[in-house]
Amino acid sequence: MNSVAWTRRRRAFGRFWAAYRAEKAGMAGLVVLVVAVGMAVTAPLFIDESVTSVVNGTGERLAPPSLDDPLGTDESGRSILLMIWWGARTSLLIGFLAALLSMVIGTVFGISAGHFRGWLGAVLMRITDWFLVLPSLVTALVLAAILGGSTWTIIIAIGVTSWASTARLIRAQTLAVEARPYIERSTALGAGHWHITTRHVLPNVAPLLLASTTLEVASAIVTESTLAFLGVSANKTSWGTMLRASYDWGAATSGAWWYILVPGLCIVTVVMAFTLCGRALEKVLNPRLRRAAA
Amino acid sequence: MTDLVEPVELVGPDDRGPARYGTLRYALSKAGGAMLSIAMVIVGTFFAFRMLPGDPVRALAQGRNMTPEQLDLERRRLGLDKPVAEQFLQFVQDTLRFDLGISYEYKRPVSDLINERFGATLLLAGTALVMAVSLGIWQGSRAGWKHGSRFDKLSTGASLVLWSVPTFWLGLLLLMVFAAGIGPIPGVFPTRGIESVDAPEGIGYILDVAKHMVLPCLTMVGVIYAQYLLVMRSSLLDEIGQDYVTTARAKGLRDDEVRRKHAVPNAMLPTVTLVFMRIGFVVGGAVTVEAIFSWPGLGQLFYEAIRVPDFTLMQGTFMLIAVSVILMNTLADVVYHVLDPRVRSA
Repeated sequence: MNSVAWTRRRRAFGRFWAAYRAEKAGMAGLVVLVVAVGMAVTAPLFIDESVTSVVNGTGERLAPPSLDDPLGTDESGRSILLMIWWGARTSLLIGFLAALLSMVIGTVFGISAGHFRGWLGAVLMRITDWFLVLPSLVTALVLAAILGGSTWTIIIAIGVTSWASTARLIRAQTLAVEARPYIERSTALGAGHWHITTRHVLPNVAPLLLASTTLEVASAIVTESTLAFLGVSANKTSWGTMLRASYDWGAATSGAWWYILVPGLCIVTVVMAFTLCGRALEKVLNPRLRRAAA
Repeated sequence: MTDLVEPVELVGPDDRGPARYGTLRYALSKAGGAMLSIAMVIVGTFFAFRMLPGDPVRALAQGRNMTPEQLDLERRRLGLDKPVAEQFLQFVQDTLRFDLGISYEYKRPVSDLINERFGATLLLAGTALVMAVSLGIWQGSRAGWKHGSRFDKLSTGASLVLWSVPTFWLGLLLLMVFAAGIGPIPGVFPTRGIESVDAPEGIGYILDVAKHMVLPCLTMVGVIYAQYLLVMRSSLLDEIGQDYVTTARAKGLRDDEVRRKHAVPNAMLPTVTLVFMRIGFVVGGAVTVEAIFSWPGLGQLFYEAIRVPDFTLMQGTFMLIAVSVILMNTLADVVYHVLDPRVRSA
């Protein structure tokens, strides 16, 4: 990598960061995210998996918030505070990895469909459109039920059912990039498919991809919690499985509000943070929106 | 789900169809595409339910005492002992005749179960959809017309929050507050089902069902209306700068009239199409809501199939849901083509 390119990139990043910092909502989302991810990553330094074990519940069953258990306890006397802290690891991990999988599939399909015109592109678009119309939650439920619920199958079920809109977005962007003259120049100099797609198209779609990944993480977290709530999930503690348990133990009808409120608020907070970040990124990175806003 | 914030035209109908062919040709080509998609659903379902790990029979046997002979009998009953090609042909034939097999859990034909449950889902999802769309269009057009105002900021903010709220959690909250009652708020609404055991006849019955429908309906509206609001708002924003709006104002029309009679009808199209395009999302919401409130519809049937698990029932309901969604989407494409002359002449 020569230094001219690096200086240019550093400057571009500086400009991007300055524009992003001006987005108040986006910054607020970013701060929440850094805190949430930081807590989830450092959780093993303070607690371990035993906080989710039913035999280790020390408090009373379904006790309201108190000094001992600031956020109350669940049906086995486990502390909700420690459970959501540990459960954040599963929820965030599944959210990130599912979004990543979805982005990889979406990018490969999108770039290929845009780059290879003719029958290959048409077939790829046909498949994309098919996945686009399939009801994604219902399909994910079926996949998760067939594959059996483990962390990995949930990730696959979410990733496989959510990439289609990304593929469309990336395809449109690929078509726009490939219409530019420098691609023609590159072809004339003998560049192959691989060179053009990875060296020219991919860097150009990358910013959009970043924004759309951020939004995808938000929706993957919601989907994960919904799958867990509907009973197809890894048997690991996540915010979704906690809400499932609260429903099974009748927390709603017996007035155990903390059991429902706390995990749900965690989901909403993190999902909102991702959405705000994603929208801010989109605003900063997408020139079409920038012009519209100006 | 993410495409809430994507540019409208990306989620809008495929408008690249050549205009010179006319509406009928267009409709026919769309119908062909839909047939292909439906065929892909049938083929995909067949292979997904047979090829993926988790032999249906072994899954059935989980937690049950079944001898190897019983397992064999069950395999034969499901036709799993025949060659795959033969199974496939049989499956396609049966599916096309709407013979979706016998549910393991209910010991009854899946198609009968679907027929019984269909009405309840249509009632709930239909009511929620109509309410969500009208509310979304109303609020979205007002927010867009006075963009930047407090009403606009409040609406956009509220819809972003609602968008981040998982459907089931909103349902749980409503259940907790309005069905069980919390603090000074008494529980007014029933927690589950579609009718009381001692439901009266006639008008009383309708009121009873309506009372049962309040919470599920509210949950669905709360979650799905945000997208209609945001799309309506952004498409109205696109119209505000148009020449015809200026002309209407120059004619001396009242501000309210410009909005209602000129801007809104033009801005409606993307929202109306979105109703059909996003039907898959509505269906997903219906599954969750029906599961929480034990609403005896298709969604709950599907949910039960997953809980058991009852693979025959799951595959039948899944195919039905997928095919309905595909048909709705195709309808949206064609309707959009007929309604919007700009797409036709483009």
